[in-house]
Amino acid sequence: MGKKDLISITDFSKEEYLKIMELSQKFEENPSQSLLKGKVIATLFFEPSTRTRLSFESAISRLGGKIIGFSDSNSSSVSKGETLHDTIKMVSNYADMIIMRHPMEGSARYAAEVSDVPVINAGDGANQHPSQTLLDMYSIMKTQGRLDDLNLFLVGDLKYGRTVHSLLMALSQFKNPIFNFVAPPELAMPDEYKLFLEQKGIRYFEHLEFNDIINQADIIYMTRVQKERFIDPVEYEKVKNIYILKNDMLANTKPNVKILHPLPRINEIHTNVDSNPKAYYFTQARNGVFTRMAIISHLLNLQ
Amino acid sequence: MLKQLNVSAIKDGTVIDHIPTKALFKVVQILKLDEFNNMVTFGNNLDSKVMGTKAIIKIANRYFEDEEVNKIALVAPNAKLNIIRNYEVVEKRVVQIPEQVNGIVRCFNPKCITNAENVSTKFQIISDKPIEMKCYYCEKITYENEIKIK
Ligand SMILES: Nc1ncnc2c1ncn2[C@@H]1O[C@H](COP(=O)(O)OP(=O)(O)O)[C@@H](O)[C@H]1O
Ligand SMILES: [Mg+2]
Ligand SMILES: [Zn+2]
Repeated sequence: MGKKDLISITDFSKEEYLKIMELSQKFEENPSQSLLKGKVIATLFFEPSTRTRLSFESAISRLGGKIIGFSDSNSSSVSKGETLHDTIKMVSNYADMIIMRHPMEGSARYAAEVSDVPVINAGDGANQHPSQTLLDMYSIMKTQGRLDDLNLFLVGDLKYGRTVHSLLMALSQFKNPIFNFVAPPELAMPDEYKLFLEQKGIRYFEHLEFNDIINQADIIYMTRVQKERFIDPVEYEKVKNIYILKNDMLANTKPNVKILHPLPRINEIHTNVDSNPKAYYFTQARNGVFTRMAIISHLLNLQ
Repeated sequence: MLKQLNVSAIKDGTVIDHIPTKALFKVVQILKLDEFNNMVTFGNNLDSKVMGTKAIIKIANRYFEDEEVNKIALVAPNAKLNIIRNYEVVEKRVVQIPEQVNGIVRCFNPKCITNAENVSTKFQIISDKPIEMKCYYCEKITYENEIKIK
């Protein structure tokens, strides 16, 4: 085989996570690189996603590479009925790497099997989006100086939110994490993840509210509570109000605490938090460019 | 002792016994018995002391490798294979759920790529009782009661 892909966060070892952190920092210090000189990277977005696509394309450009691809399936051969198999076969003849987003779950794993060049999954339906997790980790590393011994608050939709599941899996590789799950019963962390933590002897606590306890947090990871998950709109209204993070709630939090959010935010973080130095979500998005530079150069073995 | 057989006797071959009645045609599909030229006889809704009713399949002049026959464990975990030589049962075998299942079963997730495109499924068995199989592609779990043959 010899080729390496990034499809799920668990495809990487702890050593690789650390290598990505180190490379991200290196690229942040010096974002103008020529490691991808003479190389062509395909960004295939079968489903539109402006944020993720631009972040990857910025990363490729900063590495000195060229970009081919499409940003929605209307402008691609898919609209002519070509299968994913054939599109990937064709593109892997044209590019040195494929970065793809596709609405079907498992599409990225399948593309990696079909392709002769490395594949990065930039989101396969509700399944995996590993570069998001790595940029979350880099944001944590950068602001806390470590990935061990952290008290992490995961807030909001912990049932369907893939970002919190992937982050939990990745951080469970590090020493002594404490997870605090804040979610309504309808959106609680699934049993399989709690069982996984129990088997690894990792402490976690479940809460319905977080106002009185966030002072313990090193990281507050907010997610969007999706209205469409609720059958009863009254239930949604109740829950929505509990999970709005407001600036005054941060008054007695630790000085090192940072608020993360995978974005887009709807109303779960009040805009009055934005100017607080503990708000980190916009910098977190910026970090994504350096993390993606790191992922690309790691998979292509460019150092 | 004289035994009355519900389905006629074979001289040599394999008798697959203790198949749940619901699973008979799935077993036929998995073993591709519809493509066989050998004599194959079926009995369904037969009385069984253990199962209430059961199905049975008799295949003349055909013996199976473990790997081939273990696939039916997904739908008939208690099936027994009776190896018949010269009208006598000379060996009895049970089926074992394999660790990996390729092809055969459809992924239960409607949004899985294997249901959209012509991709052969691959599952890792993460539990045998009840059966839970994790899709290699979409990473979702298909449970025993959701198993559909592809
Ligand atoms: N020669 C044969 N031809 C066809 N079926 C047979 C033959 N001998 C046994 N069987 C069937 O194989 C199964 C196992 O047979 P046997 O070991 O005698 O009974 P059991 O396991 O039920 O005590 C039974 O369903 C029986 O009907
Ligand atoms: Mg019997
Ligand atoms: Zn699947």
